[in-house]
Amino acid sequence: MRDTTTERPAAETSEGAQEMRPRSITTPAELGRELGAVLRLPESAAPVEDDAAEFTEDETMIINMGPQHPSTHGVLRLMLELDGETVLRTKPIIGYLHTGMEKTAEELTYVQEGTNVTRMDYLAPLFNECVFAMAAEQLLGIEVPPRATWIRMLMCELNRISSHLLFMATNGMDLGALSMMIYGWRERETVLAFFEKVSGLRMNHDYIRVGGVAADLHDGWEDDVLDLCDNLPPRLDEYDQLLTGQPIFRDRTEGVGVLTREQAIALSATGPILRSTGIAWDLRRDMPYQFYDELDFDVIVGSRGDSFDRYAIRLNEMRESIKIARQIVEKMPTGDYRVQDKKVTPPPRGRIDQSMEALIHHFKLFTEGMKVPEGETYVAIESPRGELGCYLVSDGGPKPYRLHMRGPSFVNLQTLPTMMRGGLVADAVAIISSVDPVMGEVDR
Amino acid sequence: MTVAAAEVVHVSRDEYVAKIQAYKDDGYVMCSDVCAVDYLTHPGRPLPDGIAAERFEVVVNLVSFDPVRRVRIRTQVSAADPSLSSLFDLYPGTEAMEREVFDLMGIVFIDHPDLTRILMPEDWEGHPLRKDYSVGRVPVQFKAPADTR
Repeated sequence: MRDTTTERPAAETSEGAQEMRPRSITTPAELGRELGAVLRLPESAAPVEDDAAEFTEDETMIINMGPQHPSTHGVLRLMLELDGETVLRTKPIIGYLHTGMEKTAEELTYVQEGTNVTRMDYLAPLFNECVFAMAAEQLLGIEVPPRATWIRMLMCELNRISSHLLFMATNGMDLGALSMMIYGWRERETVLAFFEKVSGLRMNHDYIRVGGVAADLHDGWEDDVLDLCDNLPPRLDEYDQLLTGQPIFRDRTEGVGVLTREQAIALSATGPILRSTGIAWDLRRDMPYQFYDELDFDVIVGSRGDSFDRYAIRLNEMRESIKIARQIVEKMPTGDYRVQDKKVTPPPRGRIDQSMEALIHHFKLFTEGMKVPEGETYVAIESPRGELGCYLVSDGGPKPYRLHMRGPSFVNLQTLPTMMRGGLVADAVAIISSVDPVMGEVDR
Repeated sequence: MTVAAAEVVHVSRDEYVAKIQAYKDDGYVMCSDVCAVDYLTHPGRPLPDGIAAERFEVVVNLVSFDPVRRVRIRTQVSAADPSLSSLFDLYPGTEAMEREVFDLMGIVFIDHPDLTRILMPEDWEGHPLRKDYSVGRVPVQFKAPADTR
């Protein structure tokens, strides 16, 4: 019996159910298509396996992993089709954290937008603010002062460290190294303490704003950064001993969740997932933005594309970020930390009491916002998870006409079915962890 | 310092797949983003000559690793027939992105293998990112002040 409702185009039905289609209603040809859909490979490239003949519905079991499962890093639900303990098909089901941030963005002014976008990837909030500010500045046609750019780079690199430290913690915990969990959070706290000193907040800073940053660095920030740069490397060496040298950890990650170069490119994977397959693609080096072309750092690549490579890449990227942070401390110029444009930057608090003009500018900026010239732009930067893009359209008004964030986690999740296929259920946890998805950014 | 400016190309709906195929053959190996814009309340936007503005615009970002470059392909999609061919067979990575565009903007991608809602609940009505879809308000129940007499 064929279910005729499944043959109608999705637009005419109740938009389709987010479920796996049962094997009984799929012919081998359709299953190839289905495999293509689930494996995210085109029909021609999908492995020609006659799954329909090999497995009947009685032998396989569909099991839901999530959305409430500690190892799924938030509210990620996976539908797994299992043959015994072997994973056949996987379908990630997302949207549990969807709050319509792109729609909200159209209701907020460019001044308010920072508080919205910073909540997307909540483990790397400064990157969200940075990419939005860069997109808005491109439409405005303003150049931020060099010091503001260097401060942004410093904060972003430290944010990369804190984000990767959290990956170390959760990756360790998912694989049974519970002490790693505590260590990762402990070290991340030292980075967050620096963020709190600079921006006043540990997370969701709204520190990088259109036209510069919210405040200058505090006195003695060099010592704070250098302290971090001195204290972190020995800790990273400890992690290296604790995890890299640990046979259980290696057994559980080596050769697990392998992705080839062709698959990674076809699935639009970026960041550590792409680099683990041996492709040295890092926007900081390959499409330099800000002043990354003046810095000396290495792009870490893997060779096997497995979970262990993705772990090792992140561990070494932290070392590179520390190297970058040291160089930034040396190169930090003096000067203004935000652009002196009255239509973009609010006047200092003291001026408001003395100058009528400053009061008007302040009032106009915070009630009406800044007028951004008509246009559209796409800006991409390298976030800890890959290419973070911001597509911004302005109709000349004070609010974005359309703000689209290209979240690396959202796209990287598509690699899960390919990495999971043929693996064990127990490996699923290691694989999800190695993708390091942040659901706030996936669902936005 | 400045962000490398991407090439912007306008293609018509009929030659959408063929043009993108040509870009793929030219070395643009990865499709980094697919998104759509609803220009309902901003019809008079500047477009190059020969491009008739339609309500929707689908924007595709392609990346080439060697040489390093980016291209942004903008395609006008009419409100009467909001549909476009799927890029799935060229770039399998567009699967989730096209589902997102379908879900939030209501543009149907023909020959997409699994065009279902991805972010909104599956029984949701309407496409939230369209400009004629209101933001909505949370109903608030106001109570009358207690009678003090």
